[in-house]
Amino acid sequence: MSPRSFSPLQRGLHWLMAAAILTMLFIGIGMVSTVSHAHLTLLAVHRPLGLAILLLAIVRLVIRLTRGTPPLPSDLPPLMRLGALGSHVLLYALMIALPLIGWAMMSAAGDPILIAGMHIPPLLSPNAALHGILREAHTWLALALLALILMHFAAALFHAWIRRDGVFEAMAGGEGAAPVVKLSQQ
Amino acid sequence: MAKPLLGIAVLVALVAAAFAYTAGLFSSTRLTPDRFLAQLQPAEGPSPGHRRNHLKGICFVGDFEASGAGTALSRAAVFKPGHYPVVGRFNLADTHLHASDAMAGVRGMSIQITAPDGEQWRSAMIDAPMFPVATPQAFHELLGLGRSKDPQALPHFAAAHPEFAAFGALSARLQHTASYAQDQYNSIDSFIFTDGTGEHHAVRWAVLPAVPPEPKTQEQLNQLGPDFLFADLRTRQAAAPLRFTVQVVVASPGDPTAEPSKAWPADRQHVDVGVITVQQIQDEANARCRDVNYDPTVLPDGMQVSDDPFLAARSAVYARSYELRTAEDADYPRTAPTSP
Repeated sequence: MSPRSFSPLQRGLHWLMAAAILTMLFIGIGMVSTVSHAHLTLLAVHRPLGLAILLLAIVRLVIRLTRGTPPLPSDLPPLMRLGALGSHVLLYALMIALPLIGWAMMSAAGDPILIAGMHIPPLLSPNAALHGILREAHTWLALALLALILMHFAAALFHAWIRRDGVFEAMAGGEGAAPVVKLSQQ
Repeated sequence: MAKPLLGIAVLVALVAAAFAYTAGLFSSTRLTPDRFLAQLQPAEGPSPGHRRNHLKGICFVGDFEASGAGTALSRAAVFKPGHYPVVGRFNLADTHLHASDAMAGVRGMSIQITAPDGEQWRSAMIDAPMFPVATPQAFHELLGLGRSKDPQALPHFAAAHPEFAAFGALSARLQHTASYAQDQYNSIDSFIFTDGTGEHHAVRWAVLPAVPPEPKTQEQLNQLGPDFLFADLRTRQAAAPLRFTVQVVVASPGDPTAEPSKAWPADRQHVDVGVITVQQIQDEANARCRDVNYDPTVLPDGMQVSDDPFLAARSAVYARSYELRTAEDADYPRTAPTSP
């Protein structure tokens, strides 16, 4: 049975990760676009933050699969329903894949991986050609994640301001957090 | 409905624009790794699969035997008495794959020393005693002078950067040897060591040859042809393993760490921390050094970067070069291993 709304833990994780991932994308593009000392400072944040996002994403996925999500409004057009499902599958896939690719590409380069004073074992053996592929993938998939987040953001505001169907409030909290009831009243 | 839609479009566009700004898309002046690589690119374009600078090189594997003297300066595991594997590379500081050994103004040696716990000390050094300019911005400008048609460009640059004139005067007096085994290679940039008590020491380091240097005139080098350095290394290594001493130079208070164009006085404390013994010289196409990015900021616990702005710049530019050349890996075929 689906819950009526997201739990406070689900909401908390969502907004924490929203901030972390958006910060991460800006750090990532910033650190490869400068030769100043910021390159090293941002890199030092990028790696532990990536590991934190990977762990949080796994926790979130487990909670989502066990607790479920509130249902979408029954009058949502099939195409939008498909878009909602597809974009959430892709969001979870990229939240987990990007840190793993980052870890794998450092391993393929033979780089020692030291995060917050911890030695992290390599995911695979050194392989330069594979590093080339993973490094390119890391950039393009990060840009894809940014595009997805912008779509997610636009869709959330579309629900909040245009459809006013309670989908936004299910995650944002506050008034109208029980979408099914509200729809039946209209 | 039009107003909320417009609001959504504006908010999405704002985030996208902030991202593009962070990527430097709105700046024509920000120094990016790609702008550095554009300056390094020769007229005929890059050599796919190869480094974007210091292209012509040869690999070696060897052993670093730490004397233990380094432990007074740094708690790094590679300074504890013992043997640690080395993956190294000798190279010409030139952007052409087929640069002439006789003509290259600067030579380099890079090393990667690995501790038992997997920590690495990577260093890319050159045989010049200091760097020609004080900042990455000035270096970027200097690299562009080769393409300038203005005959006054170089004099103007030298006037604006007195350290460059000093470097020119010094390098005019320096004579090259005819062997990688006779050169001294310097870290140029400064680093901060942390010893076992937590105390910091500003340092530079050098790798000193065991073979006494025999300076040659430019005419003597020209007579050797464009490709004598690799053969010389192989001949010497076949006769007896090549050896180099790793020496750390400790700054005195006030010595400049942020300016690699400024040499430190010669009377500073010098500590011999160990000896590198070359075990095998290897063609780059098959060898380990090919796939190492000698990023000078890859350092073990007990060593860290100083306020020298070149370290971040080198790290950022080397990473981009490594990304490009590993993506082009198939363009530089790996041949069957050959015996040395």
